[in-house]
Amino acid sequence: MKILVDVDNCIASGACVLECPEVFDQDDDGLVLLRTEQPAPEHHEAVRSAAAACPAAVIQIEE
Amino acid sequence: MTKQRTLERVIIVGGAAAGLSAAESLRKHGHQGEIVVVGDEHGERCDRPPLSKQVLSGQWESGRAILMAPARIDKINAVMHAGRAQRLDVAGHKVELADGTILDYDAAVVATGVRPRTLAGQAISGVHVLRTLADSVALRRSLGGGRRLVVVGGGFLGLEVAATARKLGCEVVVVEPVPVPLASRLGSTVAEQLLAEHAKHGVEIRCGVGAEEVLTTEAPSGRMVSGIRTTAGDVLAADTVLVAIGSVPNVEWLAGSGIDTADGVLCDPYCQAGSDVWAAGDIARWHHTGLGRSVRLEHRLNATEQGQAVGRNIISDSPVAFTPTPFFWTDHYDVKIQLAGVVPENAVERTELDEGGSLIRSFTQDGRLLGVVGWNAAKALIPYRRQLQASLVPA
Repeated sequence: MKILVDVDNCIASGACVLECPEVFDQDDDGLVLLRTEQPAPEHHEAVRSAAAACPAAVIQIEE
Repeated sequence: MTKQRTLERVIIVGGAAAGLSAAESLRKHGHQGEIVVVGDEHGERCDRPPLSKQVLSGQWESGRAILMAPARIDKINAVMHAGRAQRLDVAGHKVELADGTILDYDAAVVATGVRPRTLAGQAISGVHVLRTLADSVALRRSLGGGRRLVVVGGGFLGLEVAATARKLGCEVVVVEPVPVPLASRLGSTVAEQLLAEHAKHGVEIRCGVGAEEVLTTEAPSGRMVSGIRTTAGDVLAADTVLVAIGSVPNVEWLAGSGIDTADGVLCDPYCQAGSDVWAAGDIARWHHTGLGRSVRLEHRLNATEQGQAVGRNIISDSPVAFTPTPFFWTDHYDVKIQLAGVVPENAVERTELDEGGSLIRSFTQDGRLLGVVGWNAAKALIPYRRQLQASLVPA
């Protein structure tokens, strides 16, 4: 799994961090920061939930 | 794995954030039958928060404010039926559309959202509302250097537009009947700070004042707006007026269905409104067992979360009560305000953080944390949001 984030469209909702803090973090402005582009398998389901939860649709997943 | 119901067709009435989210969630939870999404914005559906900010300012071209990438929508494999529903036959399991089409369903989702409340005399050139992409584009065309905008309504939408219009070089006056706009939504400290921020940028906010009448003048192209007469008796000249006085749930089409539509669509804790009828998004008033009362949230994130919950609950034989931590954000100039939870009347307010321009205030009632608001504190707010999530789990 590879994650791509479009930071320019991020609105800092933090939905991804709340869903999967092991993979998603925020910078001081609250914009998404990826801890890793290729998360371990145990996080894949949470990453998919994070992508679905994002209100700005900025998380893209390549499986 | 939860046992699943086998449904031939699910109809989702309303194809915006909540509707699409419900459709995607149905597939995720194993629905293999047909999904029909009935909507009247299929060609122009968009993510609405940017309509008062980046799209309105022109910073983003309108096509950028999308709800979901086209490939993601295609993957749902739903039939997108352009049109409007005009009747719901609950016992008969049918939706009747305005074009005469009658569609049978095994389950139906009401996701028709809300529309802007209007003033008498609304249909005048130069008087705008803001809900759709077309509204935003039309409003953008009438803003710009030197033009005078009067915003009727100092809520989130009105104030966000005021900020955007000010950045575009407009003179901006806001009229708002309550003494401190948004105090009941953000707490008084953040609400006053927001007022000060607008004043700092030259927006005039007339609190305790409403719009009495829309005034017009005859122009070569026809009758157009010339100003607003306020409840204080004075006249505010205007080239453009934005009416931002709240929203009305689109429930008219449910008349005669037996569904309670006194304030949106009344639902149980699982977002179910009737036999095989569910609701999601701005229109849904459901019983939030964590808060112990019914709520109707016009929040962007709730549309996604509730659509997801409904999709799951329709298919699963063990539905889950929908108990989200309400969350919304509002952006003005360089300020990002975020609120999680609710701000009850008579809540005990406390400062949790106040440094480097970041402010966090918490709201407790009877010792229970019920809300937390952040001003330029998105990252610092996360632990408080987690605490709130835990606090809102029903006992």
